[in-house]
Amino acid sequence: MPLLEAAGIKKIFGKLTALDGAALTVGENEFHGLIGPNGSGKSTLMKCIAGAEVPTQGKVSFVNADITAFTPTERARAGMSLKFQITSVLPTLTLYDNILLALQAQSSLFDLVFSRTRGVLHDQVMAMLTQFRLADRAFDAAAALSHGQQQWLEIAMALAGKPKLLLLDEPTGGMSLEERRVTGELLQPIKKHCSLVIVEHDLDFIRDICDRLTVLDQGKVLASGTVSEIQANQAVQEIYLRRA
Amino acid sequence: MPKSMSVVREAIAADVGDEPVDAMAEGAAAGQDRAGRKILPIVEGVVLVAALVAPLLLQDYLTVFATRVIILALFALSFDLVWGYAGIMSFGQALFFGSAGYGVALLARDLDITNIFLVLPAGTMIGLAFALLLGGFLLLGRHPSSVIFVSLGTLTGSYAADRLARGWYYLGGQNGIPSIAPMTVGSYEFSEGPAFYYLVLGILVVVYLLCRYLVRSQFGLALAGLRENEQRIAFFGYKAQHLKAIIFAIGGAVAGLAGSLYAFHEGFVWPNMVGVVVSTQVVLYVLFGGSGTLIGAVIGAVIVEGVSFWLSDNYREIWPIILGVLLLLVILFRPLGLISFVLGERERVGSFGGTPKESKKEKRNAAP
Repeated sequence: MPLLEAAGIKKIFGKLTALDGAALTVGENEFHGLIGPNGSGKSTLMKCIAGAEVPTQGKVSFVNADITAFTPTERARAGMSLKFQITSVLPTLTLYDNILLALQAQSSLFDLVFSRTRGVLHDQVMAMLTQFRLADRAFDAAAALSHGQQQWLEIAMALAGKPKLLLLDEPTGGMSLEERRVTGELLQPIKKHCSLVIVEHDLDFIRDICDRLTVLDQGKVLASGTVSEIQANQAVQEIYLRRA
Repeated sequence: MPKSMSVVREAIAADVGDEPVDAMAEGAAAGQDRAGRKILPIVEGVVLVAALVAPLLLQDYLTVFATRVIILALFALSFDLVWGYAGIMSFGQALFFGSAGYGVALLARDLDITNIFLVLPAGTMIGLAFALLLGGFLLLGRHPSSVIFVSLGTLTGSYAADRLARGWYYLGGQNGIPSIAPMTVGSYEFSEGPAFYYLVLGILVVVYLLCRYLVRSQFGLALAGLRENEQRIAFFGYKAQHLKAIIFAIGGAVAGLAGSLYAFHEGFVWPNMVGVVVSTQVVLYVLFGGSGTLIGAVIGAVIVEGVSFWLSDNYREIWPIILGVLLLLVILFRPLGLISFVLGERERVGSFGGTPKESKKEKRNAAP
């Protein structure tokens, strides 16, 4: 049984059909790339999976449960995490507090009011910051970080709750080449405990880190398979040539 | 000084995003005073000392006025919790303030209950109960409710309560409930004057410290997340609506406590006390003083009330206009309130963890 299975996802905004029966299947510890031309429905599919949008039709299963009607909170508690396309770190808080905020999300109200998990979580906060090469900025406001560092902070926040599945919407958007390379490095180690769905325009980046790819076009799945299968796929090549 | 300037520059740099170097330099500067809430305790200390000596310096009638102001400052705390910390725009805070006032007035009138240990908890519970009811309705949907929905909902609640009180004979209609018996402890009666003043000040200090503890706890961090980006924290797994309902209820309880003190201090309650005017007044206190700092709310209440008092004495005809212009100026030019003249953004938001252990670690690292 796959970790995540979205099938027959349809999403209609007014007159626009953004998704028309899209599907996505992700196994455990799998890095899955979601690619396709602009407007093919990648972000919308991500949002339907994460709960930011409710699909007009279709079903999303996660860890053997139907989560189609779950709220984002319920999905997060089931082990799904999302990094938004637009960075949404909390700019006025310190990096430390940004991570702590993510880590303590499932602490009980009692623990929060009496700050009972603050001590316990300290090492985890610092470990996350170290892992994402941000430890020396721990007590700066997140607003002071560069764009790339904010993206890393956000990935760290999304990973803080030890999700089983992480959804990354364009993590390398606006990054320099060097920052992209580092992002790839930072993501590799999480494979041991977490699957990844990643929407990305940078095909080199996708090819380097993903095991499998799904190609969307006009709201439908054009092809799905391993990286080499997709690379060899005639239809996919045509799409990219046509639009390029 | 410039501290607040630097915050503004930092914010602008972050917004525009094209001055990373500048922003990073500012960030480093902000990082240096991370250990510290340096200004805030000083401001709190000064305000406390001023409040302690005030009755010694003021004439009797001014002590009575000062007592009223302290009660309103307590009321302002309730709005700061809800708006300044959780970002819930409540335009109906007077509903909890006034209904508690009416509640204790009825206890005193109909049941002869004036014991302070009964009426103050009763008033607090009334505020809490009304806030749970209204908050439950407005905030606890399956999906987050919009700011407009909540502000109009609270406004409507307050307006409806006002109309209800005006029309309800049992509550005294337009005239409200006059001549409420004084609050008592045993046979001692609290009448206007220094004793009442220090009682109210003591309660303010205790509630202030409790609020301060709460907003600096991990719960306070969750509130900061709620205020900054409610949608984001829901994706972390927070039950954002529950958090909102809880802080809204706590705010209601504090407003209720303030309202019951107000009823006994003034000796009467009237429909305005639950209405839109008083609801708006408390918003002004907090915006004027500076939201999200607690002490800003207290300062705002003191200054707005103090200035109105002085203006109405000296400029009998046009004082509301002067006051209005003053408030507009502050809100236009200091959107973070008067407190932002001395308090930087970083210290206002504060930090919620790590610092103590971190410094230990630094010492350990420095040792060898």
